[in-house]
Amino acid sequence: MCQVGEDYVEPPPREPPPVPRPGCGQKCVKCKQGDPVVVIRAGDAFCRDCFKAFYVHKFRAMLGKNRLIFPGEKVLLAWSGGPSSSSMVWQVLEVRPHHPQGLSQDSAKRLRFVPGVVYVDEGAACGQSPEDRAKTLAEVKQVLHVVNFPWHLVALEEVFSLPPSVLRCCPQEPAGTEGAYKSAVDSFLQQYHVLGAEGAEDSCGRARGEEERPWPQSQDPHSLPSPAGPPSAAQTEALCRLFESVRTLTAKEELLQTLRSHLILHVARAHGYSKVMTGDSCTRLAIKLMTNLALGRGAFLAWDTGFSDERHGDVVVVRPMRDHTLKEVAFYNRLFAVPLVFTPAVDTKAPEKASVHRLMEAFILRLQAQFPSTVSTVYRTGEKLVKAPRDGCGGGPSGPRCLLCLCTLDIDTADSATAFGAQTSSLSQMPPSTLQAEAGTPTAPCCAVGEGPGCCWKARGRTDDAQAQVTQQLCYGCRGNMSDLPSLDRLPPYILAEAQLRSQRAGVMQEIQEYLIEDSSDEAEGPQS
Amino acid sequence: MAAPLSVEVEFGGGAELLFDGIKKHQVTLPGQEEPWDIRNLLVWIKKNLLKERPELFIQGDSVRPGILVLINDADWELLGELDYQLQNQDNILFISTLHGG
Repeated sequence: MCQVGEDYVEPPPREPPPVPRPGCGQKCVKCKQGDPVVVIRAGDAFCRDCFKAFYVHKFRAMLGKNRLIFPGEKVLLAWSGGPSSSSMVWQVLEVRPHHPQGLSQDSAKRLRFVPGVVYVDEGAACGQSPEDRAKTLAEVKQVLHVVNFPWHLVALEEVFSLPPSVLRCCPQEPAGTEGAYKSAVDSFLQQYHVLGAEGAEDSCGRARGEEERPWPQSQDPHSLPSPAGPPSAAQTEALCRLFESVRTLTAKEELLQTLRSHLILHVARAHGYSKVMTGDSCTRLAIKLMTNLALGRGAFLAWDTGFSDERHGDVVVVRPMRDHTLKEVAFYNRLFAVPLVFTPAVDTKAPEKASVHRLMEAFILRLQAQFPSTVSTVYRTGEKLVKAPRDGCGGGPSGPRCLLCLCTLDIDTADSATAFGAQTSSLSQMPPSTLQAEAGTPTAPCCAVGEGPGCCWKARGRTDDAQAQVTQQLCYGCRGNMSDLPSLDRLPPYILAEAQLRSQRAGVMQEIQEYLIEDSSDEAEGPQS
Repeated sequence: MAAPLSVEVEFGGGAELLFDGIKKHQVTLPGQEEPWDIRNLLVWIKKNLLKERPELFIQGDSVRPGILVLINDADWELLGELDYQLQNQDNILFISTLHGG
């Protein structure tokens, strides 16, 4: 309010009133007895044991509530060595049954799936020296030994030997209704009781003595590392060059995430895992939600930050840690000695404005310091996001998908109304003379006209055509990222191969369109292979 | 008047990268007029231990948001945050939650 002629005595309060802090003499809010060690949310002080119970309960509740993981299912835990994923692996480990006795009471509470662990060595992308990478791997192996699940150690360089099928969505029949889940659990428990009754003696001995686990499907706890062995120097070189050529840190981080997720998907498919668990925490997901909005991925927020992500079809990514804040994770790890392996990332020690991710992280965390409900508000809002009715991949022909992120394309490929559209189309028309002749047709073999190797102008046209080919198959967000790569040649071959394949298919489809018999009552354009 | 104090300062979660990679520092704080509290300790750390990029650790008076402080394995929010008075043989742990996932 304006005060004319009066001295403005005190400045308006710039900060909210301080959150009332729990004092020294306070007891745990839950059990009222123990001495509190950690403050959760705004003012709830928990003692050590209550905190552990709270933390573990949240994890189980998240899995139990969503009922996506069926008993006996193979689940791959994506472990990066960082705090959230390590905590997740530890949670799974802690509640694994080590003894077959005492099933009847505890079996209802046990996590019933069959876990494996994958670790991706990203040292090459982050510029680590081979010695540092070897050191990190040694530490990683030590922890994997303690955890004793089947493990898979892969290097990011292996993206150069991925097949193009990684980028294809494999439709899966729907997971099943509530009833299906319940009956699966019941039959599993019955089976387990029978096993327990019969083989209790044997399996005890085995479980206590050796490393084998008495599950119906026994697995080798010491899985072999990838058959290719350590990555070749050529691949490491190629990966380094790819990441060095990226102009912005934002694009680098996005590219790294994309390649990593493709690699993990491939490992999951190759070894028969139907689910992948990632350790994204509440704080990280809130930051990711805002970051993705800024990057133009607003249409896919539900998949990027929701509990389950079915974009790949046969392998579903779940995020069981999404209810845990980073503070809770850090405390749990410290109080209960969870082994971590620290590895530097692409954005280590980067200044605050180096990338959109860093900026958003700083923004949210700074806001959180003053308004402690920021992260949970963003998170709860994110929870309300509902996936589009045309169900992910279940329907099959639900429209073209982005080449990199596999989300349904949200962009009108002939988008010429906006500035971005004009920009992208001009990109594909860079050398107009060479390109206009070839635009719209699949890439013809270079020397089809019989000109010999001297047709360099045609080759250049082809390169730009290839670039346009890839760009046209990307969603808005991925296009923005890829525009920070000076040339798409350095991308791993599977991406370029798939792009070419899709483009050729689209070209052929266009040609035979007029010959296809369309069912007038059907909405679909025609059989999509 | 505060007597010299011996405390252990630990860094974790990636914060140790700013301190030459060393996680544990046994530190003797010199005697001074005012009693030692976390606020003074931060100033001291910035001057004596922090090797690079102070803005990644300290923001204004306090630690950067995202860095947790544990005093003897308890949340500093329970002990008064910056105003907690240090005692001999205390263990102060700074964990960065920002790195990794």
